[in-house]
Formats: sequence, structure tokens, C-alpha cells
Amino acid sequence: MSRWQAYHTPATVSEALSLLHQHKEKARIIAGGTDLILDMEAEYTAAPEILVDVTRIGGIDRIAQEDGWIVLGAGTTHTQIESSPLLRAQARCLTESCGVIGGPQVRNVATLGGNVAHALPAADGTIGLLALEAEVEVAAHSARGALHSWQPLLSIFAGPGRNRLDPDQMLHAFRFRPTGARAGNAFDRIMRPQGVALPVLGIAARVRLDATLRRVEDAVIAIGPAGPTPFRATRAEEVLTTAGTFDDDAVQHAIAAAQTQASLRTSKYRSSQEYRREMIGVLLKRVLHTAVERARMNDAPPEPEDA
Amino acid sequence: MTQLTLTVNGEERSLELPPSRYLAEVLRYDLGLTGTKIGCDEAECGCCTVIVDGRSVDSCIYPAFKAQGAQVLTIEGLAQTRPDARNGSYCTGELHPLQDAFIRHGATQCGFCTPGFIMQAKTLLDENPDPSDVEIKECLKDTYCRCTGYTAIISSVKAAGEYLRTGTMPDAVLPPVMKPLTQIGQPLQRPDAVDKVTGAARYTDDYTFDGMLFGATLRSEHPHARIRGIDAGAARALNGVHAVLTHADVPGDPRHGLVENDWPVFAGGPYPARYVGDAIALAVAETAEIAQQALALVRVDYEALPAVTDPRDALQPDAPQLHPDRPNGNLLKHIKVRHGDVEEGFAAADVIVERTYRTPMTEHAFLEPECALAVPAGYNGTRPSSGREPGPSDRDGGKLTVYVGSQIPYSDRRQVAKSLGLDDEEVRVIGTLMGGGFGGKEDIAGQIHAALAAQVTGRPVKILYSRQESLIFHPKRHSTIIRIKTGARRDGALIALEAELYGDSGAYASLGEKVMTRATTHATGPYVIPHARIDCYAMYTNNAPSGAFRGFGVTQSAFAVESNLDILAAELGMNPAELRRKNVMRVGVETATGQELIESVGLLECLDVVEEEIKRSEAAAPGASPSDPWAPVRIGSRRCAWGIAAGYKNTGLGGGAPDKAEAEVEVFPDGTAAIRTSSAEMGQNLVGVLAACTAQELGLPFDKVHVTLMDTDLTPDGGPSTASRQTYVSGNAARLAARAMRQQMQNVLAEKFDTHPEVIAFHEGLAYVDERRLAQIPGAQKHGAQIHGAELPVEGAGGILPGSTRSVSFADAVNALLAENRLPRIRYEYWAPQTQPLGTGGDMHFAFSYAVHAAFVSVDTETGEVAVERVISAHDVGRAINPLSLLGQIEGGIVMGIGNALTENYIVEDGIPWTERLGQYKMPGIKMTPQMDSHIVEHPTADGPYGAKGVGEISSIPISPAITNAICNAVGIRCLALPVDQDALLLAMRDGKKEIDGHWGQTGQWLAAST
Ligand SMILES: Cc1cc2nc3c(=O)[nH]c(=O)nc-3n(C[C@H](O)[C@H](O)[C@H](O)COP(=O)(O)OP(=O)(O)OC[C@H]3O[C@@H](n4cnc5c(N)ncnc54)[C@H](O)[C@@H]3O)c2cc1C
Repeated sequence: MSRWQAYHTPATVSEALSLLHQHKEKARIIAGGTDLILDMEAEYTAAPEILVDVTRIGGIDRIAQEDGWIVLGAGTTHTQIESSPLLRAQARCLTESCGVIGGPQVRNVATLGGNVAHALPAADGTIGLLALEAEVEVAAHSARGALHSWQPLLSIFAGPGRNRLDPDQMLHAFRFRPTGARAGNAFDRIMRPQGVALPVLGIAARVRLDATLRRVEDAVIAIGPAGPTPFRATRAEEVLTTAGTFDDDAVQHAIAAAQTQASLRTSKYRSSQEYRREMIGVLLKRVLHTAVERARMNDAPPEPEDA
Repeated sequence: MTQLTLTVNGEERSLELPPSRYLAEVLRYDLGLTGTKIGCDEAECGCCTVIVDGRSVDSCIYPAFKAQGAQVLTIEGLAQTRPDARNGSYCTGELHPLQDAFIRHGATQCGFCTPGFIMQAKTLLDENPDPSDVEIKECLKDTYCRCTGYTAIISSVKAAGEYLRTGTMPDAVLPPVMKPLTQIGQPLQRPDAVDKVTGAARYTDDYTFDGMLFGATLRSEHPHARIRGIDAGAARALNGVHAVLTHADVPGDPRHGLVENDWPVFAGGPYPARYVGDAIALAVAETAEIAQQALALVRVDYEALPAVTDPRDALQPDAPQLHPDRPNGNLLKHIKVRHGDVEEGFAAADVIVERTYRTPMTEHAFLEPECALAVPAGYNGTRPSSGREPGPSDRDGGKLTVYVGSQIPYSDRRQVAKSLGLDDEEVRVIGTLMGGGFGGKEDIAGQIHAALAAQVTGRPVKILYSRQESLIFHPKRHSTIIRIKTGARRDGALIALEAELYGDSGAYASLGEKVMTRATTHATGPYVIPHARIDCYAMYTNNAPSGAFRGFGVTQSAFAVESNLDILAAELGMNPAELRRKNVMRVGVETATGQELIESVGLLECLDVVEEEIKRSEAAAPGASPSDPWAPVRIGSRRCAWGIAAGYKNTGLGGGAPDKAEAEVEVFPDGTAAIRTSSAEMGQNLVGVLAACTAQELGLPFDKVHVTLMDTDLTPDGGPSTASRQTYVSGNAARLAARAMRQQMQNVLAEKFDTHPEVIAFHEGLAYVDERRLAQIPGAQKHGAQIHGAELPVEGAGGILPGSTRSVSFADAVNALLAENRLPRIRYEYWAPQTQPLGTGGDMHFAFSYAVHAAFVSVDTETGEVAVERVISAHDVGRAINPLSLLGQIEGGIVMGIGNALTENYIVEDGIPWTERLGQYKMPGIKMTPQMDSHIVEHPTADGPYGAKGVGEISSIPISPAITNAICNAVGIRCLALPVDQDALLLAMRDGKKEIDGHWGQTGQWLAAST
């Protein structure tokens, strides 16, 4: 493998975007490098000439509460996420999903932005983020400086391993609403002991209960891999919110709806389609029960501590 | 070039570097801090872990310029930063408590993963000096060790934490062993341990020489192809390239091999490429990167040939032929065992069970990828000291020298010399430390290429394989297809066995014939079976070669034998332990190859110990039924049960192969001794075993014995580190060399003290007249008296009588020897007891080790996930020479066996490797380590050193079938193929299937389940 010839560590977004704009296809963003370098070493990706390291941009790794949103910089590492008290209280499905990525050495450098931008349908952090109905802030180069815009997370995925960003755009931040009262979320996944590091299946779910704590008012379910891009099981969400009460029956119906809506594949040496179908049942049940349990505990949520 | 400034271990460093460096490269190659290791280049194994600004990172994929301005801590910087527990200040130079604990708890074996583990564990203890097992496992989950099985690592981290909290370091908990001698049976710290925990230990890639060039190997893309031409013109013209070598450049024998001379140094010319990974050309250049670029410019004109990749197809008459010059086509060897009359046996059987089992190709995954470094004859640059005895590596600088981590240095020398057209004596092989071997470093890797390149260029040449290259290139564990039919009487007595084995030996013979012979001769399992007929076909195919791998074929046949036995037990309605008890080998029985076992068969005791321990733990466990440990217990969605299996494994080459080792002992006037043999240390602590044997015989403190291994100029031939043989064979050579030296010194001192040589005792660095022993000799003559017990090492149990003046220091004893003009050096050639070839009915082996393993396994009925929760084992090892390293061999072997059962599968599709990266080959991580209770059974073998026999392999053999037997006990599904597939297991449970056959990677398609 041939390697890059220049390594830049810009301190601001516009500096980073200028570099990207200037070098276009020859340049590539690097965050933790745990996907990019591996892809380059395995020659899945042609080595770019220029690497633009975005992790030293001011504020790129912030975890904050702003205007009723929880905001995460795209360069936040999985270690920061899993150890943030704010996120543990407000986004358990995210701390749980980022907390199972790799080992500590990987999580210490790997970022949420990289996980999302890499655009794998089963990327764990992405699945956790999707259940939170997160939005993503894209920063784009323009002659007058960086242009920022918030978009729904799902809008940036084009296909397995492909995002819709232009070469001179970058992910700057993510934001989502705090959990709120009577709401809870959870993540779980199934791994295979042989072969690939990617999960056989991962599911994150977020629910909000009504005042009786028996009915699901709002539900978001994210599943990966269940299609070419990270997948929202909207039919299952609908089943849950239209059910009179949250009970085994509702869960069974939600599972059936998710199994029908998801497009599951056999991926060689990783999982059969059949097995994935079964795992939707097992995981969705586990995750929904945990999320509902958390929602019930969260009847009167304590004031979150600071990140 | 860009400037990088960073602080490493407290010292600011500024370097001009290409911007594309990784941090690990900067540390190792630019700053010479070689304690940080590179194991995979994909952030998978954790060997390269260093701490950057307080956070651990995998430095192998960490761009160095990320660390601009950072504080970097490596293993070399750890010893200096030890906080003093008493007053909180920092004192320098001392070991960090983790380093200390890793030594004391036996957590460092080959040592290659040790720096990474220590650095990663440090980040945990820095935050939490009292971590739980779960926290330790979470912290170390992506840091891999292939030797220890992780238990020693977990206890080291806990011990270091305790030290940080309380100032005292707890000792390792070891299983009881028989009464120790001064050095034998003692948990002595391995001599190389401090180097290994501080990063000072040097493996081949840690050596550099002035003017050194780098080699890179071009490998075949086709499983079978004639090479019509090679155009290396453009590659040779590239700036910085010194040579591109091909088959046309090999001056001597174009082929090499451990047994058969069938493996071309380079494919090309008359030799086609026979597997993906066969070497075709070697580029030699100023840097490794240029060498890689040169390879990309080499044009190879391939003519693809039909390939055969299934061993059964390979036997068909119309199959493509790999080695047309061989008389038996693709059949490497048909191996037969004939014993009694099977037809008669099956006719008398009440129950017959027949199944076909499959095991996949598996990979050693030693953490240090292969590296070879050759220095040309006449090289006059400075040589780094090889760091053993002072200065020896400077001697004989004139020779072509190969530095390599190899299991068989003398065989490397022979093969290098032959292919270079030199005499053996014109080549020197220096074995460096080895980051694990497990059988995978017996064949030639880069040794011949490096030597040839050094000779052609006149410069030192290093060839380091990437992990990916290592994976596709080196010989694997044979995949097998084993049909086995077992017959028993109603009372459970085994009566007949028939088996047919196919072993995929791949493109070259390597040790294939020997491995499959062992699979065949051990295919009865450790049981008495009066009638047996076993046929094995070791086949050439266009897959990667298969050769030696811990267990040496027995791993595979044991899986089939022990699975069949449990099926049989179920059909007989018998308890599986009882069925085994009825049939296990004992003293006085005959094996299927006609060997009468006359001593040292501790299998029954192993079975007793394990059964008792299961009962004890069942009695303690709530919800279990102590009456039947084999019945499943339900815990949530999981079903759990015990499973059991037994095994045995020969010690030594056997089968009539002459089995010898030489050792040389030397004593010095400073009161120390050296022991030298070429035998290979790969992590198993042979170095400690040899030091213990020598110290025991000479009555020296352990640390006064210096061990030099693996140097064909300094050490006599100890033979291969294979077949669990070195403790026995080289241990005996060292013991007997030292004993001969002691006897010589006794004779000299007897003259001096005017007494019998036999009463001169050696103890703790003193030689003295043992007055008590003397007093026990009634009217003994001064010379020639035969004293009972004189054969035993003279233990100084009696001590020196008060007032005795008849003693000298060991140093003076050496001086006395020298004054008599006796040589202070003795070389001993130890010949192990003679064995007989298979088929002659004689003794095929001089010793066997035995083991029983029981695994408590859970199966999640919702997901099919399998976990080994507990393992109880008992091993008959003859005698525990060093209980600490023995435990390391046992625990490491068991965890490797867990991998063999549950995770490991080297996948090749139609001759094309699918498993190209370590991330695709999962060896067990720390989270898979079960609670282990390891018991040691000691039935000494008469000729073994102090009674010892081998343990290196037996520990990884019965565990795999114990696990699949447990799975069957838990959920009623029999896994006929390894590794167990959770996907298939779940679907089988759902669909009510009873057996799972096949798996990804061998069929290339989805699993077939049958009822
Ligand atoms: C041993 C190991 C185990 C792993 N296990 C898991 C696992 O269990 N689950 C899982 O989901 N992943 C896993 N991963 C993958 C990886 O760690 C994650 O996907 C990680 O979050 C990627 O982040 P990064 O910062 O390293 O990305 P990088 O590798 O730096 O970048 C990845 C891609 O995103 C682009 N990119 C990065 N940042 C931005 C940005 N701000 N804007 C636009 N584009 C950007 C890069 O150009 C590149 O194309 C594992 C990796 C390793 C090495």
C-alpha cells in the first residue's frame, strides 16, 4: 500500500474545508482513522495524497446542552461518549452502542463522526444515534467561509460505505433532544464469535410512555443491518404507538412488523438471513423491555448533571 | 519530511519524518524503542498499545503526526515512574507493580504481547486500583495473548492493584504438586521475565544493522499456475532497489522441506505456484516501502492450472496433480493402523455408532509475525549483541548469519546452506526470542530468502512479514474429515473401532505425514480397544500447506473420538464419565499400535480428580442436580451443562525416529555455570526448565545458571521444539550434562578432601563433604564404593555440620577443577529411549501424557450463543518441573482449545484465502476465558527428567470435544463440525434438529442440518 504524502491538522472548520476544497478528490478527512486506515491498509480505499485530521478543530469534541438540544461534536470519541454522565442519563442507547465498539484503545480515538460518515448500515454508534432522531450538522466550503446546515441523520447515507457528502463537506456535529420525562432508550446487539467485527444485528429503541406508564406514545426503532443504509423500523414504531397498552402482544406485533419491513440478507461468514430474522425478535424484545423499564423509572427525571 | 516534536517517556524528541509514518514505526524504527510491538497493523491485537496524553491507543495505525506535541508513554518508560507506595513519591529504575506482578504470576510467556497488556492495564489501574474481573476483562478485551489463556494476566492485574492499595503483592495461586527439590517443582521466575516486562526483550525485528536492506516477497495470486515468465526489469530499475531475486538466482538446491524436499525456494521455472501465497520473487531495497513498490512493478506471466482443493477430490485418479514427480500422485501418505480383527469386533458389539466429523484449517496466530534477518559473510559493521552470554555474537563474524525466531535452528541452517550451495558450517543461525510458535515456526519462512539476498547484495537484509502475509503464507493445522465407527458391548466395554481420515496437507508436505500419523495412531483415543482398523489419507491439495500445530493431528482425531464416545454413552444409557472409566488406558494395557504401557499412565486418576471436582462444585451450585452433572440446568434463556473428554499425547518424535538432544554445560571460576543447547524457546519457559535442571544438579542457585539457546555456533543441537519433547529430551540433556560435570567435580574434590566422591554434596553454591551421608556408609572403601542413592542429585538436606571445615565455594570447586587441568566444559548427547515405526508392533513412543477436561458450557436458547463458563482439568505430566510455567501451558492450551471449538476457522474458498486479516480470524480474547481449575497429576516416567513428560500439547486436546459434548448435554444437539456455529445451533434448536454438520468455510455455503 502506498501512503499519504501530507498530514494536516487544521484548527478551524473553515481551514479544514479550504484544504478539502483545494485538494478535492486527492484529500480525505481523517478522524480516529480506525476505519479509514484499515480500509487503506486492506486496499479497499485508494490511499489519498492528503489527510486532513479534523480532531484538532476547536469544539469538535464537545458534549453540551444548547437551546434544548444535546449537541455532540463530530470528533467526540466513543470513550468520551460512554463516560459522559449527561449522555448516560439522556442517551443510554448511544452510550451503550458506542461502548461496545472495539476495545478501549479503539474507542479512545474512534469518533462518532467517523462511525456515521463511514456509512455502514450496522455501525453501532450510528444505530444508537438514529434511535435518538438525531440531526447532523454538515459544514460545507463556500467562498464566504463555512456554510452550516442541520439535516436529518438518515439523509446523509447513500449506500453501504457511501455517504452523500461532497469532498469539501464535513460532519461538524450531531444534536438530539434530551430523553425527557417518561421516556427511555436502550441498545443491544448480537455478535458472532468468528469472523467479522461487525455485529450480526444491532437494535436501538427509544420510547415515551403516556401518563399511565402503560401505553407507548412515541417510539423510534433503529436496526442495522437491515438494508443498504441504517434502517428505521417505522412500521414497528407505528404498531407500538397504536397499541392500547405495551404488552407481550404489542411486542410480538412490532417484531413481526419489523421482520417484514426490514430487508435482511445473508452475509457470508457473518450471518444467515434466517438467523437475522430470529435476532430481530430476540433483540427487539430485549431492547423494548429495557427502554420501557427505563421510561417508567424516568417518570420524574432528575436534573441531568453536566457533561 | 516534516518535523514531529513529541515527548516520549518524559524526554522531548524532535524528528524530521515523512508525514506518513505511524506512531509505532516512529517509536520502534526512528527512536529505537522496540518494546512497543507490532502484531497486526489493524488495531486488532493490542501489542502496539502505548499511552498518548493519558489515553491508550493502538500505535500501529495511529498516524504519528496525530501525536504532534503529545506526551507518549511506552513500556520503556514505565519502570521509572513507579510511585513509591509508602510516601507517594516517585523513585526511578524500579519495576512498575504491573511489571512485577506479570513476572510473579507467570503472565509473560513469549512476551510479545506483554508490553501492550501492561500499558493497557496501567490505564485501568491509574483510574481504579481495585478493579473487578469484569472491569479487567472489559479493559483488556481487545488485547490478545496466545500463550497464557489470560488467567495469569487477570491475577497479575489484581495483584498489582492490591500492591498499589496495600503495599503488598499477593503470590500466584498454584495447584499442589509433589514434594519439591531445591529447584525442581518450584515456581521459579523465568530468567527472561524482566526483559519481557520492560520491553528490553529483543525479537528478530528488533535488531538492526548498519546498511541493512529490506526484502519483500511477491506471492502467487493463483492456487495453481505455471509461471511462464517473470519480468522484473522495471522493478530492478526503481531507485533504491538492490535486487529482485527469482528461482533463477538460487545457487543451490531449488527446493527445501522439513521432511520431503518439495517446497521451491521460489516458484517459477520447473516449479508451478501451488497455492495462493507461494513465493515467486523477492525485492530487496533501501526501505521496506520501496521493496513493496518494486513488487508492484514485477510482471508475472501466469498460466492458470486446474486446482484441487478438497482432499477427497485430490485422491481421484483424474485430479490435477500437484507434484508429478511423486510416485503416489497427490497421496502424500496412506497411514494404517491394524489391530485385532474389526469384523469380529463389530460382530460382537451390541451398539455401534458411526459419524463423520469435520475440523477446519486453523491458524497459529502467534502474535509475532515471521521475520528473518541475514548478515552476509565478512560483514564488518557493528553487530548488536544477542544479549546472552557476554560477547558471543561477536565471535565468528565472518560467517553468513541468519537471525530468526525459529523452532528448529539446526534445520534452518541445513536448509539455508543447501539452497545456497554452502556447507552447513558456513552458515550460522542465531535464534532470537520468539513471539510464539505453536508449531507454526518449524518450516522455512524468510530464512533462505534473507540469506540469499544478503549474499547477493553483500548487505544485511531483513524480511519482516506483515500479519496478512503471515496468515496466507505459513502452514496451518490440517483440516480433516474423519469418519469414525465405534462399537461397544452392552456393559460399555469398547470392542471395535474403524476410522477413515482425510487430512488436507495442502501444497507442500511440511510435517503433514507426521501430523496425520499422529492423528491416526491416536484415533482410538486413550482407550483399550481390542480391534481397530484405521486408514488415513494425507493429501496434497492447492490450499495453504498444513503442518505442525500444537496437538499435531491429535486435536482433530480426539474431537471425533470423544464425540462418538458421548453418542455411544447416550445410546448405552451410560454416564459419559463411567463409559470412559471402563475403557481408559492403564498400566499394563496395549495400544492399538501394539505398545504395552508399562508405567506412568495417570489417566484414571485424572478422571477421578475431575469427577470429584465437578461433584464438589455441583454441590455448591444452587439449582443443579448433584446426582447428574450431565443434565442441563436452566438459567434465564440459557441452558448449561457439563461435558467431559479425555485425551493423550505422545512425548517425543517417536515412530522410530532417532530422538536426541545435546547440551553443553560450562562452569566458571566466578561460581556460575552456563548451559547451552540449540533447543528453541518460544514462550514455554524451556529456558527456566533447563536452568532448573542444571542448578539442581550442580547445587547452584537458579540465577547462577546462564542459559544460552538457539545458536548453531554456540549451542549443540537440541533438535526441534515440537512433539512436547523439549522438557524431556533437552531437559535430560541439560540434567545429564550437569550431572556429568558434578561427578567430575566430585572426583576432584574427593581427592582434595580424601573421601568418597559420592559424599561430596553441592548445595546453594557450596560443595562440601556431607558428613551424615558419609557416616551412613559402613566401612566404605575410599574409592569405588557403590552408595545407594548416588544416582539421585545430592540434595544438601543434611546441610554442613557445625564445625565442618570440609567445604569450598562452587567457585573454588571450579578452580580446583581447572587446577587439575580438567575441562570446565562437558557436552552431553542424550538419546531418548528407542522407539519403533508404526506397523512393527513395537513401542512407538517412549512416553504419553494424559488429561481429562470437563467444561461447563452455556447455550443461549434464544440466540445460539455459546459460552464456556468453567473448565476443570487434570493433567498427568509425570512431574511438574516448574508449576508456574506448567500452569501457563495448561491454561494457555485450554483457551486455545476453546478457540478451536468455538471461534477459529481459517477460511479458504476454492484455494483463495478469505481469511486475510487478523480481524477475520478470531482467536479467543480475554472475555472468553472461563474460570479454570487445573489439577496436576504426577505419575513419573522413569526416563524423564525427575519423572517429567511433555505438556505443551495435551492441554489443548480434550477441551474441544468436552465443549461440544457439553453443548449436546445442554441442548441435545450434536455438533459434528468445528467451530460450533451459533447461527446453525439456533436454527437447529428452533427446527428440532439433532445434529449439525458442515460450516462456513469448508462447504462455502450455508449449513446443512440433519435430523
Ligand atoms: C478493532 C476494531 C473494532 C471495531 N469495532 C466496531 C464495532 O464493534 N462497531 C462499529 O460500529 N465499528 C467498529 N469499528 C469501526 C470504527 O472504529 C468506527 O466506525 C469508528 O467510529 C470510526 O471513527 P474514526 O474516527 O476512527 O473514523 P475514521 O476512520 O477517521 O473515518 C472513517 C470515515 O469517515 C470519514 N470521516 C471521519 N470524520 C468525518 C467528519 N467529521 N466528516 C466527514 N467525514 C468524516 C473519513 O473520511 C472516513 O471515510 C471497529 C474498528 C476497529 C479497528
